[in-house]
Amino acid sequence: MCGIVGLFLKNPKMEPQLGQLLSGMLSTMCERGPDSAGFAVYGSGTEGRSKITLQSATAAEDFAKLNASLAKDKKLDAKLTTKDTHAVLSVPSDKLDAVRALLSSDFPSIRIMATGENIEIYKEVGYPTEVAKRFDFAHMSGTHAIGHTRMATESAVTTLGAHPFSTGADECLVHNGSLSNHNSLRRELIRDGMKFNTENDTEVAASYLTWRMKQGMNLGEALEKSLDDLDGFFNFVVGTKEGFGVVRDPIACKPAVMAETDDYVAFGSEYRALAGLPGIDKAKVWEPEPSTVYFWQR
Amino acid sequence: MQQLIGELMRTIDLAQSPLRELNEELHRQTDGSNEAQWEILNPRGGHAIAVGLDAPINVDVRGSVGYYCAGMNKKATVTVHGSAGPGVAENMMSGRVVIKGDASQYAGATGRGGLLVIEGNASSRCGISMKGIDIVVKGNIGHMSAFMAQSGHLVVLGDAGDALGDSIYEAKLFVRGKVKSLGADCIEKEMRPEHQEALTNLLKNAGIKDAKASEFRRYGSARKLYNFNIDNADAY
Repeated sequence: MCGIVGLFLKNPKMEPQLGQLLSGMLSTMCERGPDSAGFAVYGSGTEGRSKITLQSATAAEDFAKLNASLAKDKKLDAKLTTKDTHAVLSVPSDKLDAVRALLSSDFPSIRIMATGENIEIYKEVGYPTEVAKRFDFAHMSGTHAIGHTRMATESAVTTLGAHPFSTGADECLVHNGSLSNHNSLRRELIRDGMKFNTENDTEVAASYLTWRMKQGMNLGEALEKSLDDLDGFFNFVVGTKEGFGVVRDPIACKPAVMAETDDYVAFGSEYRALAGLPGIDKAKVWEPEPSTVYFWQR
Repeated sequence: MQQLIGELMRTIDLAQSPLRELNEELHRQTDGSNEAQWEILNPRGGHAIAVGLDAPINVDVRGSVGYYCAGMNKKATVTVHGSAGPGVAENMMSGRVVIKGDASQYAGATGRGGLLVIEGNASSRCGISMKGIDIVVKGNIGHMSAFMAQSGHLVVLGDAGDALGDSIYEAKLFVRGKVKSLGADCIEKEMRPEHQEALTNLLKNAGIKDAKASEFRRYGSARKLYNFNIDNADAY
């Protein structure tokens, strides 16, 4: 099944409430995906710096060692903020490659969940409201955020199998459905240099969009193209640094409802997810059309 | 006395009491029920609201509902003052269900009787496998509507999406607007006087005054796919 929620704020005054609003939406979708949950938040960035969201199954030990290691090299100017099993590492953008190299050589048990100027991704196995609480999602602020509750079908229930998937800087994707040509497409993408961490079908969709955008397409164009190249059932909600997109496959059997006001654009797998949003009674509420790309950019 | 009975109204607030209690109360109602007027507050997209009713009562739902509202309805009149999620009035037997807003996919699926009125748009698979229900949609309907529709009527004042009436049996489809494409074995058919009359009655029952039967086209089965024929293999 799976549940998706997404919120793209148009009104900057609402940014401090982003986490509170989206965690409320996420909590209505627990039954659709009780296995695991995750969310991507596009928060404030710092000019010239990037964020790497890290995760470890042995977080306390790994992050302490990492902190000690980073402290030795003052030139790296890295700052680590831990949150439960995750941590956000802030580094100058020109030091990203050096930090990535350090992580892969000295910290094999630390996984990178996302990299970018604004994005942070948190995801874990567990009941969605518990996962949100562990990361104090309700108190996060930002411009847009996407959440997912997972009922696994195509791959195991693991932290890395949870959504969102991020395969490019400041990019993320969540999925309700199942792809049937993900194995062949994954082989093609690997041949073209894309890297994969899981056997999951959704990771292939995320990687596909990143691959298309590397070819010069914008998110809207990449989503249009996905309708030709991806086979199966899908509702995708995707985020970029400044954009928020939605697309449904031509059969459109997975549920979707959207709402728009002067203040926000919201996506929910069901209306229940939108019912608590401010001004929903006066919002334009509609079911997104099949094979149609919806895309907002600030 | 009649008037007094009509004024008795039970209001149930789903923000205060659980859905199961509401549906149990509604199921307790019988043909001679004194409590013929019901109002449901704060549905907030909840699932299975007012399902399985079997008494001539009126239920007004103030807001939007989720999956399967008014499913299996018998005798009751259910009005949703908002939009409905997937499967509204699924397998309805009789009575009347009115959606003031839009309806999501497979509205009225497998319905055997009664009248479903959708005042907004209906999305994909509206009236799929319908078996006697009458469905009137004031707006548009999505793709694959009336798939394998067996009997009953589907009336659409707006446009129909792709593959209307694919593999249709004997349901009658009336569309006022454009049809994006017809499904396998569905063709446009002549509008004879008996169809004009049936359609006029359906529009009247649905409370529609601004549409005339003469503005519609009729679609139905070419009856070529009833039995498997190897020459039709391409059409399957």
